[in-house]
Amino acid sequence: MDIDKTKPYPLINSLECKSCGRCVDACPKKVLAIGTVMNPRGYHAAVYVGSGCIGCGTCFYTCPEPHAIEVHIPGKE
Amino acid sequence: MSEKVICTKGIYPEFPRKGPSAAPAATHYCPGCGHGVLHKLIGEALADLGLQDQTVMISPVGCAVFAYYYFDAGNIQVAHGRAPAVATGVSRATDKVVIAYQGDGDLASIGLNETLQAANRGEKIAVFFVNNTVYGMTGGQMAPTTLIGEKTITCLNGRDPLTQGYPLHMCELINSLKAPVYVERVAVSDAKNIRNARRAVRKALEIQRDGKGYTFVEVLSPCPTNLGTTSVKNNDFINNEMAKEFPIQNFRDNSATAEHVVRSTSDFSKEKLDAMFELADIPAAIAHNTANFEEAQVKIAGFGGQGVLSLGIMLTQAAQAADMKVSWYPSYGPEQRGGTSNCSVIVSAKPIGSPVVYHPDLLVAMNRPSLERFKNDVKPGGTIMYDANMGDVELPVGVKGVAVPAQALAEEAGSDKAANTIMFGVMLELGITQLPEAAFARALEANFAKKPKLIPLNLAILEFARQWVRKNVK
Repeated sequence: MDIDKTKPYPLINSLECKSCGRCVDACPKKVLAIGTVMNPRGYHAAVYVGSGCIGCGTCFYTCPEPHAIEVHIPGKE
Repeated sequence: MSEKVICTKGIYPEFPRKGPSAAPAATHYCPGCGHGVLHKLIGEALADLGLQDQTVMISPVGCAVFAYYYFDAGNIQVAHGRAPAVATGVSRATDKVVIAYQGDGDLASIGLNETLQAANRGEKIAVFFVNNTVYGMTGGQMAPTTLIGEKTITCLNGRDPLTQGYPLHMCELINSLKAPVYVERVAVSDAKNIRNARRAVRKALEIQRDGKGYTFVEVLSPCPTNLGTTSVKNNDFINNEMAKEFPIQNFRDNSATAEHVVRSTSDFSKEKLDAMFELADIPAAIAHNTANFEEAQVKIAGFGGQGVLSLGIMLTQAAQAADMKVSWYPSYGPEQRGGTSNCSVIVSAKPIGSPVVYHPDLLVAMNRPSLERFKNDVKPGGTIMYDANMGDVELPVGVKGVAVPAQALAEEAGSDKAANTIMFGVMLELGITQLPEAAFARALEANFAKKPKLIPLNLAILEFARQWVRKNVK
């Protein structure tokens, strides 16, 4: 999936995701979902639907894993 | 402007535990666990405040036992519930920021006492208390904070207050104490609560950075595994049920007025200790011939208040003055006054192993019950000194008895409290302990050093007792 990197977007490290669903529930724009692909540890990692992220950081702060998700916010031109 | 990335700070990039892992940066926590959320908030605050290399985190027993795998800071992992004690030690011995990270079983059950004591002393500790209403690591048992009606594997029908009592409210308990600077309850459920928790964590660590005292942040946290629910439903449980029992609020913030806590330092130098224990000016030992010194085992017994233990101490001081090895071993009941007491004293030229005297060479019995209790223990050929005021007594065969009218003589000599000094004088004159005469006087001087007026009186009583022996004992 191509992500428009001129807008904020979450970067999901699917290997570290445990599929708890907190980010999916917490996202105010509902742009995260539980994916259909199983990661090597057997979890259906969360995925970004590809657009609509506002860079609020809620998914990062609600995620219990330190390195499963981060939010990138491009600098203004 | 460059890109901004919201990501983890203050936490190691990888968590190697037992060799290579499929997911080298995954925590050991279950999916949806609140610990990771709080870890990230603490790590971020430590990094932002520049405190990582000035922080000692105390890891608890509980699911967060492995906190040291995650936090890029100092760490000590401690016994169950003992974080406050270790944190107190670290905090007092260093100027580090000290964090006690504890769960509900660790803090509110086994560690409840020291949690309250440390809070009450206003120790410089940031306590982060993770309350998820259940024991996690051990598999879902009832916790002190389990809600009424909430089911766990040890309260299968739900917590019943008539059987298991009510949930403990830690913030409220801590808030009843005077010393804590900052007390707040937060939750890591929804975005709003997490933002609030982030602020509280930061605040607590700022207070620690400024050395202002005790902070307590309770964090209502999910444990979907042991509550048998999903992450999302667990957040609803926190917001709708836990928060009713445990209101999410600030209880206290004295950080604006609290001042940097500075405690006096302890001086453990030899000079200081010698002065404290009056060891600075010990007079030279009294020389005497110890070539044929035979170990003397003495038992002194009587009512509490008869100077039984003091007589043992005086004998000990005499032995010390003569540079002998000596032990004093008291035994008494719980009563401060009254009751019976006894002590065992061993004087020897050689190092003493056990201070227990089973078969004394000398028994000093100040009353009849003591005589009856110990007389048959005295070694054959040994001596029993007893107060003559107990009248006719039966003594074991082969033991020498000396009936000393100790109480009467003491009164005659000017002090009704000095029956023990009379016995001390008799002991000297009979030569049972083989200690030199000067040692006895030195002992009295040492024993009454704090009441110098009594020294001449007791020296006179000692002499009075010796004269009585010369006249009356063959």
